[in-house]
Amino acid sequence: MPTRKIYERPVIKKLEGNMPNKFGMRSAHEPTQSIEGHAVKDLINEFGSPLFVISEKKLRKNYRNARQAFQTRYPKVQFAWSYKTNYLDAVCNIYHQEGSWAEVVSGFEYDKAIRNGVPGSKIIFNGPDKTDSDLRKAITNNSLIHIDHLDELYMLQDIARESKMRPRVAIRVNMDTGVYPMWDRFGFNYENGQAWDALNKIMFSGLMDLVGLHTHIGTFMLSPNAYAVAASKLAHLAQSLLNKYNHEIKYIDIGGGFASKNTLKGSYLPGSDVSPSIHDFAEAIASALMNSDYRPKTPPVLVIESGRALIDDAAWLLGTVLANKRLSDGRRATILDIGVNTLFTAFWYDHLITPAQPITSYTEDTALYGPLCMNIDVVRENVNLPLLNRGDHVVVHHVGAYNMTQWLQFITLRPNVLLIDEEGGKHLIRRAESLDTITSQEIMPAHLAHFDL
Amino acid sequence: MKIKSNIAISDNGFVFNPVTGESFTANPTGLEIMNQMRRGASAPQIVETLCNMFQVEPTQAERDLQDFIEMMRQYHLLTYDEE
Repeated sequence: MPTRKIYERPVIKKLEGNMPNKFGMRSAHEPTQSIEGHAVKDLINEFGSPLFVISEKKLRKNYRNARQAFQTRYPKVQFAWSYKTNYLDAVCNIYHQEGSWAEVVSGFEYDKAIRNGVPGSKIIFNGPDKTDSDLRKAITNNSLIHIDHLDELYMLQDIARESKMRPRVAIRVNMDTGVYPMWDRFGFNYENGQAWDALNKIMFSGLMDLVGLHTHIGTFMLSPNAYAVAASKLAHLAQSLLNKYNHEIKYIDIGGGFASKNTLKGSYLPGSDVSPSIHDFAEAIASALMNSDYRPKTPPVLVIESGRALIDDAAWLLGTVLANKRLSDGRRATILDIGVNTLFTAFWYDHLITPAQPITSYTEDTALYGPLCMNIDVVRENVNLPLLNRGDHVVVHHVGAYNMTQWLQFITLRPNVLLIDEEGGKHLIRRAESLDTITSQEIMPAHLAHFDL
Repeated sequence: MKIKSNIAISDNGFVFNPVTGESFTANPTGLEIMNQMRRGASAPQIVETLCNMFQVEPTQAERDLQDFIEMMRQYHLLTYDEE
């Protein structure tokens, strides 16, 4: 019997005579057959599908690249890892090993940082939700408390008065940087004088050590110039403090929000083409600070709270095709075992998705749906992909930020997370959930324990 | 159900509908199916041929054939009249 040829699903595609793309872009369909030296197929066989894979090498490389970008432009730089971006302990510790402090936004994240061994004095405590006990803990640990609103400021004053301890504080400042919508729900506004009022209250109270100024102007920012505006405004506040109180702050925290190379939904061009590099952001921020009218004896430390730009491209989500189907209007649909429950960022991004096995030159437009029995579970509305069959594997790129914190335990369970170390060693850093993970938190009232059907 | 008689199919999978002016491209598996249909093969015969030619199980071949025929129908390449 003659050797049978490799099978490819039959496909017929209409040749469209549309306008040529003036940018000459083509859909790239290079398969991603391995990650950090491990075949995708083998990883899925060993750890199941879906599977998050994180590269330690890439995490460290991104961090070092960002640190170099800032340190070559400004004399004193300190990074603080944004826990909410990805607070898996192993991930946090990689950044801590590299020298990053912790930036947390809740009591839960604060406790996680302490548990990881971060000294209290190297934890920056942001966010609008800090309870009385959170604040007392942070004051005792000498952490840096970034005040979000006046109620928090008064609460801190009361605690300081009562406990005779001096909190180390900064205020979060929101401002117009020319980027809209303006993030004015966090912190004190610069333009209307709220921020200056809050600073005066802190200085007059004499109960707290005002050590810094903080801002965080937005998320997935594509404009380095907005950071230059922000840095200038913080420097201006710092100089005002120097003029009025002869008080030098120790640091200026410019926050994070730098865009990664993901593509936002609705963007005409891919993120790889439009997102500025970390060097663009560093140049804008450092130049603005150095050229500002702030004239301290000791230049303040520049604190960076970047999360997404340091981790997004260091993680992949591997998945499997569950089924192919044809919609009523003839469009193709592919169902994956990856849905918005595991890939939360599918709500914001048109993620790059590549097949994990050899492909031919034939492609088709398809919608990519997740496994949830819910209409919202759309991974890509329309994407041009090589022909995928049931059981084939796919790789979703740039998934390191926010997915492993915002993922949902909805309808199904969350998968394994694997770290590949610098030598290629595999480490399971978060086990897949089981039924027990969920039910162990539930309590059944005795009268509901039994039923007859 | 047959491929309309005026549809031109080249050896490398280029398909042309002279009535609408539309053109299409089919991959080798699709081309094989169209050639089989032109020869009057039934669906089970086409599945059998595909399984002999390619590394594919009958269930998948049958499922994909059904989908391919549906696409041809969407593109108005088929006729249901007795010719």
